[in-house]
Amino acid sequence: MSDQIDEGLRNELQKQGIWVTSMQELYNWGRKNSIWPLQFGLACCAIEMIATAASRYDLARFGGEVFRPSPRQADLMIVAGTVTKKMAPQIVRLYNQMPDPKYVISMGACAISGGPFKQGYNVLKGIDRYIPVDVYIPGCPPRPEALLHAFMELQRKIDNQKLTGADKAAHLNKEQVSEFPVPAFGAHDLEPAANPNIFHPPAIERA
Amino acid sequence: MTPNPYVFIVIFCGVALVFPLLPLALAWLWRKVFQPPKPGAQKNATYECGVESLGDAQIQFRSQYYLYAIIFLIFDVEAIFLVPFAVAFTGLPVGAFMSILVFLLLLIEGLVWAWSKGCLDWGK
Repeated sequence: MSDQIDEGLRNELQKQGIWVTSMQELYNWGRKNSIWPLQFGLACCAIEMIATAASRYDLARFGGEVFRPSPRQADLMIVAGTVTKKMAPQIVRLYNQMPDPKYVISMGACAISGGPFKQGYNVLKGIDRYIPVDVYIPGCPPRPEALLHAFMELQRKIDNQKLTGADKAAHLNKEQVSEFPVPAFGAHDLEPAANPNIFHPPAIERA
Repeated sequence: MTPNPYVFIVIFCGVALVFPLLPLALAWLWRKVFQPPKPGAQKNATYECGVESLGDAQIQFRSQYYLYAIIFLIFDVEAIFLVPFAVAFTGLPVGAFMSILVFLLLLIEGLVWAWSKGCLDWGK
């Protein structure tokens, strides 16, 4: 699997009607074309997400139209909208209940950083404080095309994942955790305020 | 020569067994070779809506719902009779008119009885 077939030889074989593939390619091809999102929306971004799934933008072209009402059947979590601190534990819990491999799209300014409500006492400053995010989409709200772009980026990411070797996909790694600690309601804020294992904010340098 | 007709049933049973077992076996192999299982307390939780379940599922609830349901059912049936009654209203003979009035009266009497018994009193 690690030693790939020569591209020229493969093309030559294809001309003769012989298709050669590897387990890894087959797996990634199947995975990336059947990404089932978890069906939930948090705020205005959810309206754009609904529009993406509807006939005009038609997420079904990418195999992602099957929005699942249960985390047990979902591959992708689209965090579409403002995550309030009241809602954050539920989101993390839902993410924990999704089976591996699972992916997260952080849709819109709010899900990335709190967006226009960043100063709000009740708004989480980005869902990546608690769960690992694969694709971020800026915008307020992002247009359906942007969500489609994020979807294609995720497909590209899945297409490049390895089945074996040192750099194999994270969910195939035995040590890689699948459940993340759920924050609890503290006296003033969620506790902990962020998961230090996955949240690495860029250091601010001031001259 | 013609095969035994029961051979087809045997073939059918064989396919019915292999068809579901093959994907399960493949999934089991996949788990062994590539993807280690990662169970967890929350992943294996019964309730899957993001909210933690509270208390016991084996609880009692008030039987008053049952009374409401019965009374609702009676008037639901009444509505079925009332629609054809209203449609044929002008052309009805006196006997039919009287019989539907008796039917209505019986139901209303039942409602009055249930009311006086306090069945509609939710706070009871």
